Amino acid sequence: MSKKVAIVGLGYSSFRTTSQDVSYREMIFEAATKCYEDAGGVHPQDIDAFVACSEDFMEGISIADEYVPDQLGAVLKPVQSITGDGLQGLASAAMHVLTGELDLVTLSAFSKASNVLHYANVVSYACDPTYVRPLKENPYFIAGLEMNRYLYETGTTEEQCAMVTAKNKGNALFNPTAAYGAKIDVKDVLQSDPLFSPLKYLDKSQDLDGAIVFLLASEEKAYQYTDKPIWIKGLGWATDTPNLDNRLDGMGDAVYARLAAQKAYEMAGITYPRKEIHFAELDDTFSFKELQHLEALNICSRGEAGKLLEQGVFSKNGDFPVNVSGGSLGVGYLHEANGLQRLMEVVLQLRGEAGKRQLDDVETGLAFAWRGIPTATGAAAVLSSRY
Amino acid sequence: MDHKEFIRGGTALSEDEIKSGKIFVEEDALDCRYAWDTGVAIGRYLAELKKGKIIAKKTNCCDRIMIPPRMFCELCYRPSGAWTYVQDTGVVNTFSISNIYYDASRVPSGEPNPMPAVIEIDGASKGMGIMHLLGEVKPEDVKIGMKVKAVWKPESERTGSITDIEYFKPY
Repeated sequence: MSKKVAIVGLGYSSFRTTSQDVSYREMIFEAATKCYEDAGGVHPQDIDAFVACSEDFMEGISIADEYVPDQLGAVLKPVQSITGDGLQGLASAAMHVLTGELDLVTLSAFSKASNVLHYANVVSYACDPTYVRPLKENPYFIAGLEMNRYLYETGTTEEQCAMVTAKNKGNALFNPTAAYGAKIDVKDVLQSDPLFSPLKYLDKSQDLDGAIVFLLASEEKAYQYTDKPIWIKGLGWATDTPNLDNRLDGMGDAVYARLAAQKAYEMAGITYPRKEIHFAELDDTFSFKELQHLEALNICSRGEAGKLLEQGVFSKNGDFPVNVSGGSLGVGYLHEANGLQRLMEVVLQLRGEAGKRQLDDVETGLAFAWRGIPTATGAAAVLSSRY
Repeated sequence: MDHKEFIRGGTALSEDEIKSGKIFVEEDALDCRYAWDTGVAIGRYLAELKKGKIIAKKTNCCDRIMIPPRMFCELCYRPSGAWTYVQDTGVVNTFSISNIYYDASRVPSGEPNPMPAVIEIDGASKGMGIMHLLGEVKPEDVKIGMKVKAVWKPESERTGSITDIEYFKPY
């Protein structure tokens, strides 16, 4: 990138499966207050612009962006709402700074998934009204279709997918923000209830409530707010056709991840991601997605992720740790805030603030988010503690 | 009146043609339900309404009394302070005479027009008010600046909702 953008503040609310005691406003206020304290006690009056990620159907209110300002301190300020994942929001917030006109930009996303009583319907309304919705099937069947095709094309096994769940839930035991940590093995996953075969109950992440807020700064201002800026080195995002049945590389591949990563690597000047990046936090909405995404992100070749997983390469003490935080399978599924949970772990690791799960000698990390069923949208970010 | 005479070119469609399947249409009824967590501020506000009281919150930073209450001052970005009761009387800040119901049908002549209004609540900071309806007053008699008082539902019928106040009437 021609100019540099740093992450100088991070705050998050407690992550919980239900959160009756706080409204979404109060939850975001908690996260934002912590973020501003983390950035040296900056007052939002000094912040130039605000970017918030939300989906109206998840909030039960249309034009939800109008409800953004109060809890972020953004009243009477420029506010932009991104209908998408938090990492898409990161791209937008970074571009705000890259204009050269804005020095400090807040980025936020949250989940109040526990308040959505008919989530399957919300996903269903995301499906094409002519070609998919009239089938009147639970839309998660799409995950079953994708998994089946991915296993068929790559030779990856259900056991290897189950191993992803076991790894991530195990990692989550060392993450105090994680709600779904557990010591389980492959057999537990394989014997869990079938959902949309070959997808099983423990192959799927579970909902979580929480809010995450970041503060971004220009190169000129970054050190005013922190002595440990984390630099955004590369960003990329891509969306495939909405037609489920004729995606570029079919349902077994994640072309959105490949294209998003290519752009992010190009910007970051990365040629060999497996060597030049030290760890990744990436989408594991479903266990197979972690493997599929690893391949699409060019961390390994197609069909190789399952085998490397078995060899322990992606374990927290392996060569290329993946989802040390626990990922969505271990931490929980934060909807529009998923990408920011991944970004949060990358930032904590690069700052050396990841507690018991701190990785040794990590300087560059990758965050990747998928927007979930039924989308083919992904966003990637390469971050580094090195200027 | 034949609606076709207003159409220049194209083909007019009738409701019958759509209903009988001569014209292909797609129809879906959205079914989404939510249970919003009230949190601290809205939760206490609604609980007090059920008791027939209106509660506000003071700010320590800029000395305002905020109604409806919130846990933080959105201007100074500081946590708010003490809870405080305000009056169930106030002043009409602005109002409108509705001629269209919620379902988009017209209010028939002779029926009372709904009169939504912003009521600046006595005891709250200047300009802070709540959105409600006016009642027991003819549309032609409503004035900006008019003093009004809450008409509460009987205690047994209150549910912890802004509709625990039926409307505001002049006093």
